[in-house]
Amino acid sequence: MIRFVPRARTPVWLSVAVSIGAGVVALALTAIPLALTGAPVFTAFMLMAQGAAGNGFALAETLTRATPLIFTGLAAAVAFRAKLWNIGAEGQLYAGALATVALGAGMIEAPPYVLMPLVLVGAALAGAVLLLVPVLFKIRFGADEVVVTLLLNFIVLLFVQMMLEGPMKDEMALGWPQSAPVLDEATLPKLVTGWRLHGGLVLAILAAVLLHVFITRTVWGFRIRAVGENARAARYAGLPVGKAMALVGLLSGGLAGLAGASEVAGLKGYLTADLSPGFGYAGIVVATLANLSPLGVIPAALFVAGVFVGADSMSRAIGVSNYLADLVVAFALLSVLVGGLLTRFRIVLVRRGAA
Amino acid sequence: MWDALDILTQANFWAATIRIATPLIFGVLGALLCERAGVLNLGIEGIFVAGAMSGWLAVYLGLPLWGGVVVAALVGALFGLIHGVLTVPLGLSQHVTGIGVTLLATSVAYFGYRVAFPNVATPPRIEAFAPLDVPLLGDLPFIGPILDQQTGFTVLAFACVGVLAFVLGRTPLGLALRAVGDNPEAVEAQGLSVVALRIGAVMAGSALMALGGAFLTLSAFNAFYFGMINGRGWVCIALTVFASWRPGKALLGALLFGALDAYQLRIQTIAGGVVPSQIFLMLPYIFSIAALVLVARRADYPRALMKPYFKGQR
Repeated sequence: MIRFVPRARTPVWLSVAVSIGAGVVALALTAIPLALTGAPVFTAFMLMAQGAAGNGFALAETLTRATPLIFTGLAAAVAFRAKLWNIGAEGQLYAGALATVALGAGMIEAPPYVLMPLVLVGAALAGAVLLLVPVLFKIRFGADEVVVTLLLNFIVLLFVQMMLEGPMKDEMALGWPQSAPVLDEATLPKLVTGWRLHGGLVLAILAAVLLHVFITRTVWGFRIRAVGENARAARYAGLPVGKAMALVGLLSGGLAGLAGASEVAGLKGYLTADLSPGFGYAGIVVATLANLSPLGVIPAALFVAGVFVGADSMSRAIGVSNYLADLVVAFALLSVLVGGLLTRFRIVLVRRGAA
Repeated sequence: MWDALDILTQANFWAATIRIATPLIFGVLGALLCERAGVLNLGIEGIFVAGAMSGWLAVYLGLPLWGGVVVAALVGALFGLIHGVLTVPLGLSQHVTGIGVTLLATSVAYFGYRVAFPNVATPPRIEAFAPLDVPLLGDLPFIGPILDQQTGFTVLAFACVGVLAFVLGRTPLGLALRAVGDNPEAVEAQGLSVVALRIGAVMAGSALMALGGAFLTLSAFNAFYFGMINGRGWVCIALTVFASWRPGKALLGALLFGALDAYQLRIQTIAGGVVPSQIFLMLPYIFSIAALVLVARRADYPRALMKPYFKGQR
């Protein structure tokens, strides 16, 4: 018989091994449907690896794709730490993007060292306020935040479409529903001239480090973790559970909002309604792969970004649908969840009758 | 003004209400069956997609329409099995696992569709369920035209409401299922298996969810489109709380939602020039959130919902 014995603490190497193992298992599981389609499995994976990291340009593309994923991964990680199930990072990303063009596309004229921070703060606030609504519903009315954040994603996207077809439409854009371009003063600088890689990556890594310090080294970080471990015990211990939840909501929504700002002000230059191919949802996978560790989010985001960039390139080369990337990511999420059992429990074989 | 009220007197409006409500009836029934047994199933959105795609593909490949319905249910049950095994005996987070099942089911469906049809400009079509020719009632004024626009698939949804209400409320199996979501220790004490009951409920519930998806491709439309589910699954999760986990109220909630959606589609053509269409499209989602917030305080959640159960451990 197999028994699960809870571990008192998990060694870091084991968490890392489980995450890497989950990535490998996910690729192996994806090989099954890939083989069923008759595609050359080995070639496809080789092409994916080359497309994701085969040369400097590919690697830069993966880093560019990882940038919003680091933000949304951090958003999910900090929320899930406190057991606040924010599934609305997609909507918060769009709220941040909307704030970015509202502030940065001509309404305010200011030098870069004023306008750039202003746009970033505005985007973070927009995302934070959007998440504050379901958090308050949860605290005041006990409404499940999962459903509210999920449904808000659809509402926000419709709102963005409405703004892009109405008041925020760029009349110069030949009828396409898109916003006016972000001013140069609000644009995040490119890291390498001629490549798409931009300053958002630096901000994302900085955010990960700051969040790590905040969670592990500050009183409020401790309170957030305590609320996540056991909200009831935290309440008995006199911790301000409601305030901690609200703070988590502000942080998580703010980080997701920054993902939108970084995509608009760093990469696209203007807002369209198809800005995000599901970065918000992928952030949940990133955070889970990272075992909810802010620093772990960076390599996890790189892995997920690499899968997507690699699959695009593979798809162009041999015509296998790039939905293969979504399969890898879904398998990775489920694998790391199962693998997480290894980090939380020691698995002991018990002989029948011996107990 | 009178135009806006006039909509309510049109048989077409009520027929559309029932048509929009049908997939939600399946979805809410499926969600409440899972939750009554103590398992939140956020795989619903993806299971809708997988049901829509697999049921449609089966018919496209030559199965009869009801064969497609069975295939969709089986595919749903399979994803339910995955969700059940991960959350019940392994006790993994029901939230994150559910999101994982949604991602998996969606990507399997999309990938499968792209493999089957690599380059099609217009989605291939099937011969969908034909409207019923209801005897006697179909000849009535007003009621007749509403009934005559429905298909056998909708009849199945209404039948499922009755069957589920009966099974949950009046049978020993239903008693055991409700108990497993309220007080699993008591079920174990009766010598029944908590794990088997919960996994069974999640599989059956997921099969119902998949039928909701299949209705869209086999009855409401006749093709599969990317993004056609568009949050319908999540709406069902909200409506389940609104329905306080009762099949009868689930029917009511779904019909209410269907009426609202049908109404906003029609009022758009009247007020469309003045108010942006997106405002109307937001209404169903806003309604779902409002319904959830209003009932949340006094919602009588199944007591063991989202609490994993391990034998011999409290």
